[in-house]
Amino acid sequence: MKINHHLDDATLVSYSAGALSQGMALVVASHLAICPECQRRNEQTDAIGGALLDDLVDDSAVDDKIDDGMLNDLLAKLDEEPEVTTAAPWPKTDIPRPLAEYVGANLERVEWKRIVPGVYFHELPFGNGGVSRLLRIAPGKTILPHSHEGNELTLILRGSFSDELGRFAAGDVADLDDQVEHQPLVDSSEDCICLVATDAPLRFTTWFGRLVQPITGF
Amino acid sequence: MKNSPPGDDVENLASLKPPRASEDWTEMLALMAETRDKSLYVDLFRHFAPRVKAYVLRLGVVPSAAEEVTQEIMLAVWRKAHLFNAAKAAASTWIFTLARNQSIDWMRSQKYPQYEFDDQKPETSEAASVPSAGEAEVLSDRMAAAIKTLPENQAQVIFMSFFEGRSHGEIANRLDIPLGSVKSRLRLASEKLRTLWGDAV
Ligand SMILES: [Zn+2]
Repeated sequence: MKINHHLDDATLVSYSAGALSQGMALVVASHLAICPECQRRNEQTDAIGGALLDDLVDDSAVDDKIDDGMLNDLLAKLDEEPEVTTAAPWPKTDIPRPLAEYVGANLERVEWKRIVPGVYFHELPFGNGGVSRLLRIAPGKTILPHSHEGNELTLILRGSFSDELGRFAAGDVADLDDQVEHQPLVDSSEDCICLVATDAPLRFTTWFGRLVQPITGF
Repeated sequence: MKNSPPGDDVENLASLKPPRASEDWTEMLALMAETRDKSLYVDLFRHFAPRVKAYVLRLGVVPSAAEEVTQEIMLAVWRKAHLFNAAKAAASTWIFTLARNQSIDWMRSQKYPQYEFDDQKPETSEAASVPSAGEAEVLSDRMAAAIKTLPENQAQVIFMSFFEGRSHGEIANRLDIPLGSVKSRLRLASEKLRTLWGDAV
């Protein structure tokens, strides 16, 4: 898989910091699972966290000490066998594993809800403000033009689309902010399926968009 | 009878001397993973547990739960040590990710989405540039030094992200600056840290 569009540095920093919503973190983790280049960048942003952690307390300060009670409790537990969670062998799938944990390993088995003819969605179970869903859009269809209050992250799982910023195919991630207004058009011969997350509601730029936003949220 | 790993003298372990000032924590963690030597665990605990607890509190775990969350994280350090890869991360970085994930699990009651290194064995051609165990510790020190050189406004957005868990939008509101400015400060900081950090890689 040749990936042309990657995660923004600002997004990777926030992912490492634990500062992304669940939905956005899922898009990031799913892209990381298939992108060695972003994995390396993520190791670096994680290292920021490691250095900050290491610098967090002053070893000479008495206040920062932890008493031996916790250590003794832990030492007593080290020989306990943790509950065995044997991970089932993972099936061959075109869904990145972090996402498959939520929607299963097979895109064909996802249950879709229709928004308008040719446009379907599947909601993910994160209720913290932004949007988090799979979208399935038929060839030749376009998504309503919209801009964002905050960030919008889209990972393409199958098919492709083009918008003002270029062409996005499977594996690519579109990492956009409120400076961008775009109208993606599906240009693949199969349905385009992508994982979308925002950290704030979207802002539609047409009267029709504003009308259907309460239903679609996208 | 189960075999007792070296250093399996539980009663005396807690009273052992604190570790020397400058340790290679990364090497120590890798060695602990291999040997299951509990005296190494004690040294790692003394160094990292106070840091983990301070972090957990800053990120927003309530004080009444901080001890418990810290204890879970420090237990994971022992139980998940076989997953630690010294060529990929310094001990502080690996423990940081455990602490972050566990804190978020606790605060959100949902697992923070993450990928695993060996998820799909990406065709890495960069094997040659992966730092070895000793280097990870050096790089970690270098990162700490690099962070101290960031301009105030970049350090601020880094701290608000890592220590307060604030999103771009929350930082923008708090500092009363546009979202785009938050992102560009984070990008500049990240770029600068990468340059300073990565020079030796
Ligand atoms: Zn990437």
